[in-house]
Amino acid sequence: MIITLNDTIMKEEKIQLDFAEKLDFETKNKQIPENPAVTISNLNVWASKHHILKNVELKIPKNKITVLLGPSGCGKTTLLKSLNRLTDLDKELYVSGNIFINDEEILHAKKDIPEIRRKMGLLSQKPYPLPVSIYKNMTYGFKLKGIRDKKLINYNVELRLKEVGLWEEVKDRLHSSPDKLSIGQQQRLCLARGLTVKPHIILADEPTSALDPTSSKIIEDLFKKMKNQYTIIVVTHVLRQAHRLADNVVFMSDGEIFEQGSPNKLFKNPETQELKKYLVDGN
Amino acid sequence: MRLKRLLYNRFGEIWMLSAITIILLFPLVIGIALFIKSDSIVSSYSLAELLFSSEWLPSEGKFGFLPFIISSIYVTILAFAFSVPICLLTAIYLSEYAPKRLTVFMQTVIDILAGIPSVVYGMWGILVIVPFVGETLAPMFGVKSHGYSILSGGMVLAVMCIPYILSMLIETFKTVPNGLKEASLSMGATRWETIKHSILKKGRPGIISAFGLGLAKAFGETLAVMMVVGNVVNITANPFDSGYPLPALIANNYGEMLSIPMYDSALMFAAFLLLIVILFINLFFRYFIYKSQKI
Amino acid sequence: MRKIRKIEEKFFKIISQLATYSLVAILGYIIFVIFKNGFSSLSWEMVSEIPSGGYYYGGDGGVLNAIIGSLYIALGATLIAIIIGVPAALFINSHLMQRKRSQNTIRYILDALWGIPSIVYGAFGFTLMIYLGLSASLLAGILTVSFLITPIVIRSFDDVLSTIPRGLYEASFSLGSTRTETAVKVLLKQGFSGFITAVLLAFGRGIGDAASVLFTAGYTDNLPGNLDEPAATLPLAIFFQLGSPIPEVRQRAYAAAAILTLIILIISLSSRFVSRKYQKKALKF
Repeated sequence: MIITLNDTIMKEEKIQLDFAEKLDFETKNKQIPENPAVTISNLNVWASKHHILKNVELKIPKNKITVLLGPSGCGKTTLLKSLNRLTDLDKELYVSGNIFINDEEILHAKKDIPEIRRKMGLLSQKPYPLPVSIYKNMTYGFKLKGIRDKKLINYNVELRLKEVGLWEEVKDRLHSSPDKLSIGQQQRLCLARGLTVKPHIILADEPTSALDPTSSKIIEDLFKKMKNQYTIIVVTHVLRQAHRLADNVVFMSDGEIFEQGSPNKLFKNPETQELKKYLVDGN
Repeated sequence: MRLKRLLYNRFGEIWMLSAITIILLFPLVIGIALFIKSDSIVSSYSLAELLFSSEWLPSEGKFGFLPFIISSIYVTILAFAFSVPICLLTAIYLSEYAPKRLTVFMQTVIDILAGIPSVVYGMWGILVIVPFVGETLAPMFGVKSHGYSILSGGMVLAVMCIPYILSMLIETFKTVPNGLKEASLSMGATRWETIKHSILKKGRPGIISAFGLGLAKAFGETLAVMMVVGNVVNITANPFDSGYPLPALIANNYGEMLSIPMYDSALMFAAFLLLIVILFINLFFRYFIYKSQKI
Repeated sequence: MRKIRKIEEKFFKIISQLATYSLVAILGYIIFVIFKNGFSSLSWEMVSEIPSGGYYYGGDGGVLNAIIGSLYIALGATLIAIIIGVPAALFINSHLMQRKRSQNTIRYILDALWGIPSIVYGAFGFTLMIYLGLSASLLAGILTVSFLITPIVIRSFDDVLSTIPRGLYEASFSLGSTRTETAVKVLLKQGFSGFITAVLLAFGRGIGDAASVLFTAGYTDNLPGNLDEPAATLPLAIFFQLGSPIPEVRQRAYAAAAILTLIILIISLSSRFVSRKYQKKALKF
């Protein structure tokens, strides 16, 4: 009797071990880096009858820049927005599957959605400064949290603005409207604003598409510098930008992921027809 | 063939041009006509006397518009106070929370509310609001009232203004970019905090204008108010008392105005006053909207 | 802190939802009150006969005079509004296409005109009527109401026209059409649903407005036979009969109000229907 029980336990352990080995093998085979910060499994999104995302499986590595690449309308923005549940806003969207952020399921979590969103800073295609002063934009996160400690707040405002290289440019006009800043400056302000709530992940949806080349370069350089502290996910349809930025490229088309891996591998040896075609058209 | 085409073009152009000219000159023509008609009273009395005297005895030649002006303002302010919270909350709900089907349905509701004639609102007011004010509200506050009162006028007017203000508010909220909401939400704000701190701030010029234009609309509304407000000339702070707004004054006395000297001129002056005030408010707030949309 | 935020979120969601549904309730309540009171005294006699001698003391008769008068006035005024309003709206969107500034100024003035209350139009119509030596009549009523609804026709038609893509005009120009031809052939055709909704909206406003016809159309128990005869109108029929001390007469006001509300409901629902149907068609292009 005792022996049988022991046997069962042994068996279970063995099964678990097998499973782990298999998983390990798969991981090695697909060359997905370890320590995924975000794990997406079987994600499907429909907009009424239109199937926008189809069975998306994806692991996004920590402290790397992952670029979601693909033609417009392929669902990359939807993928990005399902990460911080902005898909909730659109009542027409139906979302199924699982998304884990550091092993915490967020897609079906009933609890504090604002708290989930705080973990991810969002940078949109166009800068959207709130209709208040630069300073109040920067303190918005603290206001929401109910933090009133002036010293702490001011320290953070300065810190974050320095982080994006905007401090010297705006320190004398903190209390004026951000409308007077250039688009590039506004975009950096929005980035700095997002950083004040200490996100782990930065979601950037074609963050440079409205910017001039100089401002774009500043943003790109910032991303490269920031990846030590944040996991960065950038949506783009520009091949060159993917080249310049990515540690890890995910190529999507028509709601499906076709290929992923290092930019060198993907751009030099594309495996699927879709990516080959995109590379040819893109250049 | 060519001649025919030429004529067709010429004729079409002349027609269009004259139509647009007529319509653009229209406010000016109305203003001038009413001004000329009110000239005899304006030249016989000082403006201050007309606007700030409270004596209204046309048969003795006393024309003080103050009671009417105050009644108008009072009714308008009450209507404003009742309709603003409902409009704002409904507009917020429809643009931020409601499913699309409800929004479409509510559009129909708003359209119908806007289409119901003034006189029907007035009748509804007589059947519902007047007894409610007279028999329920007044005793609750320990006042005697027959229900035909400034309060009733304000309540009926509020219902009439709702579709008007509401559709302008919905338009305003539509212009707030989605990205702004997303920016606020991704900072960890709740839906309401996003509305409070970004949408209401961003939409402020539009919201203020919607309210302003709503005020103008309420100020000029005639029949429905006149049917429930009691039409008694007095200056009162008690909303359960009757009042006599300017439009009601004009509408009520069209019969006698030709038999008493200067009475018609006095009524035309009242119409001129209404025109100027409402036109000014309209021009001001529409300019405000226009300016704010440009930025 | 977190708890307060959650409560705040819930609270405002619920009260804004309540406000929305309260609007539906108000509309339902108004229609219920009007129809409940109206249909109980509505009879075939009400809509098919003119008032008889003792009508205003509770005698026989109906409000056919007012129904016909209102229809005449609304139809006549709508016709004038179309004659002036449609070319004006076309002009804004064809000849002034490249002049954004003039377009905006004109729209600005029209919007302001839309805001002028009907009592002012009524007073102006009255002044004009005296000036022209007319007396209160069908014609004066039609003219006054047309002043009121022309800005409505222009602005609501213009709203639809302004959404027609520019490429369409340019294609028409490049085929050799003049601006006028483009306006008529392209705009009128493409914006037809807007035309219909504008007309229905204006007609609805015209048939329901009382303050503008109060001074100008007069009132009569007979059917209006001529433009220079006075004409009764439904809103005024309701208004006058409501003021009567005799309950039977007031009952008739309720019935007349039910008729008027029914007409307005049919107009607004059909204009919804038209605009939605055409919208679907336009999408297929």
